[in-house]
Amino acid sequence: MPMLEVKDLHVAFPRGKKDWIEALRGVDLTLEKGERLGVVGESGAGKSMLAFAILNLIAEPGRVSNGSIALDGQNLLEMSERQIRKIRGNRVSMIFQDPMVTLNPVLSIGTQMIETLRAHRNISRRAAHKLCVQKLKQVAIPSAEGRMDAYPHELSGGLRQRVVIAIALLTDPEIIIADEPTTALDVTIQAEIMALILKLCRENDVALILITHDLGVVAEVTERLMIMYAGKCVETGRTRDMIAAPHHPYAAGLLKALPQNAKRGEKLYQIPGSMPPITNLPTGCPYHPRCPRASDICRASMPPLEGGVACFHPLEQSQEAPA
Amino acid sequence: MHIIAFLIRRAIQAVIVMFVISLIGFSIQDNLGDPLRELVGQSVSEAERQVLRDQLGLNDPFWVQYARFLGNAVQGDLGTSYFFKRPALDVIMAKFPATFELVLGSVFIFLSLSIPAGIYCAINRKSWLTQFIMSASILGISVPVFLTAILLVWLFGVELQWLPAFGRGETYTMPWGWETGFLTWDGLLHLILPCISLSSIMLPLFIRLIRAEMMEAMGTDYVRFARAKGLSTPRVRYVHAFRNTLLPVVTVGGLMIGTLIAYTILTETVFQWPGMGFLFLEAVNRVDTPLIIAYIIFVGFIFVVVNTIVDFVYTLINPMVKLPGAKS
Amino acid sequence: MITWRALLKRFLSDPVAICAAVVLLALILMAVLAPVLAPQNPYDLMQLDIMDSEMPPSWQPGGDPRFLLGTDTQGRGVLSTIMYGTGISLLIGVGAVLLSGVLGITLGLIAGYKGGGIDAFLMRLADIQMSLSTLMIAIIALALFQAAFDANVYADYAIIMLIVIIGVAEWPKFARTVRSSVLGEKNKEYVDAARVIGLPARKVMWGHILPNTLTPVMVISTIQVAEAIMTEAALSFLGLGMPVDRPSLGSLIRSGFEFVFSGSTWITFYPALVLIALILALNLLGDWLRDVMNPKLRRGDD
Repeated sequence: MPMLEVKDLHVAFPRGKKDWIEALRGVDLTLEKGERLGVVGESGAGKSMLAFAILNLIAEPGRVSNGSIALDGQNLLEMSERQIRKIRGNRVSMIFQDPMVTLNPVLSIGTQMIETLRAHRNISRRAAHKLCVQKLKQVAIPSAEGRMDAYPHELSGGLRQRVVIAIALLTDPEIIIADEPTTALDVTIQAEIMALILKLCRENDVALILITHDLGVVAEVTERLMIMYAGKCVETGRTRDMIAAPHHPYAAGLLKALPQNAKRGEKLYQIPGSMPPITNLPTGCPYHPRCPRASDICRASMPPLEGGVACFHPLEQSQEAPA
Repeated sequence: MHIIAFLIRRAIQAVIVMFVISLIGFSIQDNLGDPLRELVGQSVSEAERQVLRDQLGLNDPFWVQYARFLGNAVQGDLGTSYFFKRPALDVIMAKFPATFELVLGSVFIFLSLSIPAGIYCAINRKSWLTQFIMSASILGISVPVFLTAILLVWLFGVELQWLPAFGRGETYTMPWGWETGFLTWDGLLHLILPCISLSSIMLPLFIRLIRAEMMEAMGTDYVRFARAKGLSTPRVRYVHAFRNTLLPVVTVGGLMIGTLIAYTILTETVFQWPGMGFLFLEAVNRVDTPLIIAYIIFVGFIFVVVNTIVDFVYTLINPMVKLPGAKS
Repeated sequence: MITWRALLKRFLSDPVAICAAVVLLALILMAVLAPVLAPQNPYDLMQLDIMDSEMPPSWQPGGDPRFLLGTDTQGRGVLSTIMYGTGISLLIGVGAVLLSGVLGITLGLIAGYKGGGIDAFLMRLADIQMSLSTLMIAIIALALFQAAFDANVYADYAIIMLIVIIGVAEWPKFARTVRSSVLGEKNKEYVDAARVIGLPARKVMWGHILPNTLTPVMVISTIQVAEAIMTEAALSFLGLGMPVDRPSLGSLIRSGFEFVFSGSTWITFYPALVLIALILALNLLGDWLRDVMNPKLRRGDD
């Protein structure tokens, strides 16, 4: 049994009085202990929605409308608020996208760390303080002791994200969900932060769900990969295999669009068109308007996810990516 | 925290503002009142008047007279009321406790009601109570303070006769001369209607403000992160979200001081409350210039003091204000 | 931004907004047509009879069919004085907002566009003035004005004084709103483009930036009229505003106030009702406009 198993997850938002719009349309996901999974897609594909849904943190008025999320066999969606609070930040932690707005501006770093620890452990303030300083040192924050009294605005973006990482690691979680943890940072420190997350996950045997739109990062960090498009998973499999030979035309397109895959002197490839908004999806496969391999069946019905790919006309192993 | 530096800087600012207010006050006095007429009446000849003018220094240049005025003002001498024939500042200080207790009572009312109501409305957005409070609040904002006051006087004072509607009732005099209505039952009963009237516009305004700020805070990433950390709901709401709504509330509170003082004049008029505002209107009707000027300077002083306190509180609760007096 | 058609559609689907607009329109019509509609001209002393004073509304015992809502202590019909008084209240409210709008937009544009020392000075001034509050400034200014001139002179200039004082005291709200939208617009491409082709600052400000700041101005204007009317009413109630022989709604309430306790409640009650309806309608419309135009603008936070 996998440690985390998400089945047929649907998230819906109300439109008008009776109408619901689905942001996630049946997503499956499994995660083994210590495994690192990458979730990739354009913005609006539902990646962040998936992250928040796992901890039942979908913002009102949206809600999980169907499916199950099992952590060690326990369905998180059937838990009371009280029960799931014991999971959040304890067994499953999150790292948010923008460290500039993740930390509360009016509370000191120390307060925000200690409160997390004390929400989950029966521990004295003094002992908690000590542990927090230790974690700050682990994420390589200089003069960690002094930073406990600092306020978020006194730290740079990189340092703030380190603090967020330290908070995520405080309770020795089994899973960390990192939602684009480097997107908002300076390009110069993105790699540094990513390396830190990877190192800490390896050292502490923590499973990682890395949500990103950057296939390059995923290739370096994760073992398995899931590509999302318009609220659905279109292809999933071992990262190495998928990078080497993608089956779904969208996955192939994304790979081809990577700068490192462009040939010198050639124009960078771009998938034509843009992802349709969830409020206005085409019939059939949502990717068909942009897909070079689309046929009538793609326009008529949604391909099921079979053998890790949801496509009627998947690319063969040896085949070149479509132009 | 550079508290000392902050205080010094604010004190300098306060002195400058007071300087400007006193200058305005003095130029008004210089142009409006004729102290001579008040002193000697009409029966004195023009030659004698000139002698008196010289003796009193009324022929001195403007700046010399102003310096004298300022010197006196610093020593607490703001001139003598034409009507009361007593130092204007003494007359005002005697009325200050009544106004102060009125303001204190209504601040207590609107803070103790608006904070829970605002938080409730932000959290339970769709409940019928929220809808009711929000509808009532726009009505509350639309009824002028003096009409609320008249309505309360008419309903509870005249028709039902439940509560006293005029004056302060029985007061207790503290050893240092402060007359308080807080310590007698009659005094407290007399405070109820005026305090409700004075808070009647502030209350809905603050409910709406706190609700809006709280809703905004509840939707921020740091509140979501706090929830993702597994914190309890009260901690997320009251420590993470509410702490952040305090900042704009304190700012707006600071901006309300002037309005509150103006409303005391209205409330005191309806309830014939023997406070500074009532006194001021009487002084206006009697053209008691020194008393009018003294009121303006005294209110200016209170305004500056309260503003400084509000700024100080703001820096205490806002860690982002590092430099004293700097804006966030 | 929102198109006029969409605005109309939103309006027609909101019963509260429709009600508010109908009430407002009715009150405006009533005020404008007062000389035609009013059963009596309350300014014409020849038409007044002291024998008619303090009559209750016509449906009550002792009422007179000539005076539907009763009469005040000078024998003026309450209905007629309300019709004329609403006009004066509206005139002062709208006049003050027009003045403060012109002042505030100009100063706000300058502050936002020029920035630097001018901006800092103007905004500091706006801060101080706003925390002094319009009502307090107006009370003091009018008290001094009254002390300086005699009652007749005062009565002649009361309307203009009220418009000027309330208008000048209210400029910071417009200035701050305009300034913040200017700051938002200033660095957009079309402004750069205008500057690059060498248009002078004045032209860029008035011709290019101003049109883009008008939405928030429109939203606060409605609420500002309500506030100006409320301020005027408070001043008149204190005896610092309109004199009793040319009464606004506030002065009508003042003149009836002392008779509330002897039972003649109608003299105060009906003007008060109209005043509340007027302010409430404006506030509701203002809130509705704000929600439609820009959900981010909030009241009490400005």
